[in-house]
Order: sequence, then C-alpha cells, then structure tokens
Amino acid sequence: MSSREKILSLIKQNQPEYKELTVQFKFDTVYENNFEKFAEILSFVGGKAIAVNSYEEIKADIQAHYKGVTNIASTVKELADLADFSLNVSDPHELETLNLAIIEGEFGVAENGAIWVSEKQLPHRVLPMITQYLVIIIKKSEIVTNMHRAYERVKVDETGFGTFISGPSKTADIEQSLVIGAHGARGLTVYVIQ
Amino acid sequence: MNTPIKDHATASGEFNKDEDYVNWHDETLWFVRSKRDKAVFQIPEWEQLREAGSQIKNHGLSNMHDLLVQFEEKATQNGIKVHWAADGKEHNEIVLSILKKQGVTRMVKSKSMLTEECHLNDFLKEKGIEVIDSDLGERIVQMRNEPPSHIVLPAIHLKKADVGETFHIHLGTEKGATDPQYLTEAARQHLRDTFLTRKVALTGVNFAIAETGGFVVCTNEGNADMGTHLADVHIASMGFEKIIPKAEHLSVFLRLLARSATGQPITTFSSHFHKPREGQEMHIILVDNGRTTQLGRPDFRNSLKCIRCAACMNTCPVYRRSGGFSYHSAVAGPIGSILAPNLDMAKNADLPFASTLCGSCSNVCPVKIDIHDQLYKWRQVLVQDGHVSKVKAVGINSMATVLNSPKFFRTAGKLGRFFMKNAPFLVNNSMNPWYNQREMPEPPKKSFRDWYIREKGL
Repeated sequence: MSSREKILSLIKQNQPEYKELTVQFKFDTVYENNFEKFAEILSFVGGKAIAVNSYEEIKADIQAHYKGVTNIASTVKELADLADFSLNVSDPHELETLNLAIIEGEFGVAENGAIWVSEKQLPHRVLPMITQYLVIIIKKSEIVTNMHRAYERVKVDETGFGTFISGPSKTADIEQSLVIGAHGARGLTVYVIQ
Repeated sequence: MNTPIKDHATASGEFNKDEDYVNWHDETLWFVRSKRDKAVFQIPEWEQLREAGSQIKNHGLSNMHDLLVQFEEKATQNGIKVHWAADGKEHNEIVLSILKKQGVTRMVKSKSMLTEECHLNDFLKEKGIEVIDSDLGERIVQMRNEPPSHIVLPAIHLKKADVGETFHIHLGTEKGATDPQYLTEAARQHLRDTFLTRKVALTGVNFAIAETGGFVVCTNEGNADMGTHLADVHIASMGFEKIIPKAEHLSVFLRLLARSATGQPITTFSSHFHKPREGQEMHIILVDNGRTTQLGRPDFRNSLKCIRCAACMNTCPVYRRSGGFSYHSAVAGPIGSILAPNLDMAKNADLPFASTLCGSCSNVCPVKIDIHDQLYKWRQVLVQDGHVSKVKAVGINSMATVLNSPKFFRTAGKLGRFFMKNAPFLVNNSMNPWYNQREMPEPPKKSFRDWYIREKGL
C-alpha cells in the first residue's frame, strides 16, 4: 500500500464523527474613517500612508523623497516616466539591483494596514520583496474594514500568487529589537488616491 | 545530536543557575505576551473569533479525509505535484529525490517546524546537501549548531552579544558588535546572496486550502517569498492537519495568528501560492509522522488544531523560566508537551509534568485547545503505562494516601507547620527539591480549616 493510501485510510478510520460547521465566523468592524484607521495601523507596522488627489502629487512626492535614486521601476502607467528600469525581463534575478518599485494594490484593509497584490498587479512575484524600497498605490474607496470583507473580495486562486503586504519587511529576532528591512523592502509608502 | 537527553527538570535546573539570565528570559517572553494582549484587546469579538477558529478546525478534523482528497485534486489541477509521506524519513527522502533530480547540492529554507520535527537538515547534511535557513533567528541558531528554542522566535534565548559573536565568527562582522540594526544588515547581505543563487527553496505551510488547492505562508521578513520566487523549484512541507476547508476561513486565522504570536495585526507577508511560476516546479509534501495516531486519540486529537502561534509558550511560567531547550523536542512549551508524547511516550514522558497546570496556555490559545487538560490527561496515561520514574510514582502514591484521609491530612499539615517554624533546616536544605532556587514560604499560623471553624463555626 502506498503512503497515500495508508495515510488516508488511517485518517478515515481515526477521524472523529463528522461535525457540521455552524458557527458564525464573519464579523463586522466599524471605523469612523477607514482611511484614517488604515493609515494609523500602517504607521504602527512601520509603513507610511499618504492621502493624495492626483498622480501629479504622487510624482512630486516621489521625486522629492527619492531624489537622485536610480533603478526605479513602475507598473503604474501614470508614473511611467519616473522609471528608468524595465520590468520586461524574463529572469527575476535581474531585479536584484532595483532600488524602488512602484506598483498598484487591489485594495487595503483598515484593521491591519495590509494591501492585497496579486499577479494581476505583479509582472514578477518577487518584485515587492526584492526591491530596496516599495511604493504601493491604492484608491481611497478601496479600503475595507477587516479580513472578512477582504476575503469576500479576493478570489485567491484567480492567479497563481497573491499576498497581503502589511508594512516593510521586518524582524525582531535579535533580542526582540525591531529592525525594519529584513530581507524584503526597507521602506513602504502607500499613496491613497481620492 | 547524539548527546544524552536530559529530562526537563534536570535541564531546567541548569537553566536556572544563572538567575539574571533566567529573569531576562522570563521578562523578554512576558513582553511578547503583553504585546499579544494589546493586539487582542483591539478586537471586541476576540472570544467569538477564537470560537470560530476552534470550530473550523474541529470541523476540519472531522472531515480530514475528504478535505485532503479535495486538496490533492485541486492542487494537482493547479500544476502542483502532491507527495504523501508516512513519516519523517519518507519526507526527507522525497526532498532529497527532488534535489537530486535537479542536480543541486544546495537549498534555501524558510521556517518550517515540520522539517525540525523530521530532522531534515541533519539528514541532508549527511547526504552532502547544504541547507541554509533564511529566517534570521533560524540562521543565527543554525550557525551556532543549535535547534530553535522557540517556534516563532527561534533565537529568543540569545542576547545581542551572543548574536554579535556568532556573526563575527561566521559573517565577519566587527568583534563586539551588538547593534541589532548592524547585525541584521549583515545577515541581509549574506542571505540575499543565498536567495539569488539557490535553485531549490523549501518553505513550511501555515494554512492549506482544500477548496482551491493552494497554501498560505506567513513571514515578517519576506524570506519565504525571496527564496521561492527566485528558485526553479519550490517545495512546501506540511503536516496534513494544516488543511482548512475554504479560503474565506483564512480571514479568521489571519486575524488570530499574528495577534496571538507577536501582537502584530497581521504578518508583513501573507503569501498565497496556487500555481508554480512559469517555468517553475512546485511540490507539496503532506506528512503524517504520528498525526493519524493522534487523530485517533479522543482525549488528545484536538492538539492537531494548533496553528503554531506560540502564545502558550510566551505565557507559560514554566517555559519562560526553563527555556526551549529543556523540552528536548522540536516544539517546546505547553503545546510541545502534549504533541511530543504522541511521537514517543518513553522519550517525552517528562514533558507533561513540565507544567503547573495553571491553565494560562488554554486561555490564550487562539483555537481553544484544552492544553492544560491534555497535560493532565497525558500524566494519567504515562503513569498507567509505566513511563514515570519510581520516585515520582512513590511520591504520587503517598500524596494520594494523605489526601484520601482527612485526619491524616490534618495531622500532616500540623506537623509540617510545626517543623517549618521550629526546625526550618529540615525543609530548607538541598534534599528538598522545592528549596532549590527559592525560599520556602512562611508557614501560616493555622490551617484554613482551623481558621474557618473559628470564624464561622462548624
């Protein structure tokens, strides 16, 4: 008997009697202002949310903050002229020298500052992790309250890969001291556009 | 790891020799527990959320067979190769065969307690395969030739100076450096090179979704993503109990997990894998290794609901003061102590006794595992099956005699108070294990019973 058959037959034999799932598992969360909550939590997890009215504003802000920075890639067509780095590469290893990636997020989650991005937004799965700094743009109308609402929007298998990103990469593995910039991006700025 | 295993009490005794260090360890973990409380208090429906997590897992255990079959079918449709491993050895052989097929001798691995349980690193090392753990804490302990001492915070037993010294030896950082920022940066550079050059990446699995045939991996560092998205082959190893029925159930678990673990609202990355990248291979290894046996034990099966948040460890007064290594098991602390006897009763018979049964573990568990009840129940099983030392058995038996006779109990209490008051050296000596590392309390003047009779009458 193969291990598969062996394991499955043992499970069938040993699993408890079938138990229907009847419990409530979705809950409502109400915030006065989803954006403000999102911004507060994002700042708590080491990121920064900035409310803007236009792509022009975003462009100006990025130019001010990342003055002199090269190796910038953008998947956002409105900000294409900020980019000097083409994402049109076949091998993701070529993204290794990327300093700043500008991408769009599908929506944000107020309770934990997370943003859903999937292969719909990402030409390369590794893009938001391999870049030194990350900028994500979401629409202000696209911030849901909590994770229950989030999963009502996400079809997890719509693409091969998707992730919730909440803040820049971090670690506290050395004596519980928080360090931003473990392996992924060292900084995350989220522009929330009206 | 062929050094003889010390039992929990002996190892804790050694851990407790350095009082300042124990206090530091205790406080560090309590700090994490306090962060958990703060995060939990943000959610008014927290208790209902725990109930939901618990019920989804109960439902999952009761339908495990069908969920796994469904998962396998969907994952296969998604282009993922599904493997089944009856035990740790078979799991390790599967990993090795994938590596061999690729013709590689190096692999990068993000956190997976299952591979610790299976001793994958040791196995691969023997076969000439180099494994680099990419989680910072795991990398630190790996360099030191130690196992992780905690399932979420692998290097929690180390001080900055220890890490500085380790990195000085292995990464050439400045001698005496203790700045976490500087040390983390050194690890970042070192591991970036690893990510860029490894063709096979192995990850653990936090949740696997039967409905869609995909799985979720949560990290703060982004190391699982860096490894897998740059590798030609992704291997994901999971105990089969990680399965959940539907994607929408993830909302419950992702709300519970990081809050319970570190007090974060969610981990930095909660990555959902459903299909291999173009040109990439993706494998999932479903591992039993004793889990089917545990599933068949009505008193202990719900330990399989565990989502590995480690809240029970951070809150445990015994774990905090004895350290992860004293549990001599891949998963330490209260949850480890109810999982380990299932794997090997004789070897882990000491662990269910490494508890005060205070119940704090059960109270913080996000999926409501009755951990302290199970610790108590394991004790019954272990004593009945003869896995407990003679000394402990004699002690328990004489305790039973005293507690069974009210008269005997009263006399014993009186004698105890008399001697503690008039001849304290009789109890305050090294013959009494309760006296080690602590002062004996002042004996009360009278028993509760005496007080009650005087105040309230019989």
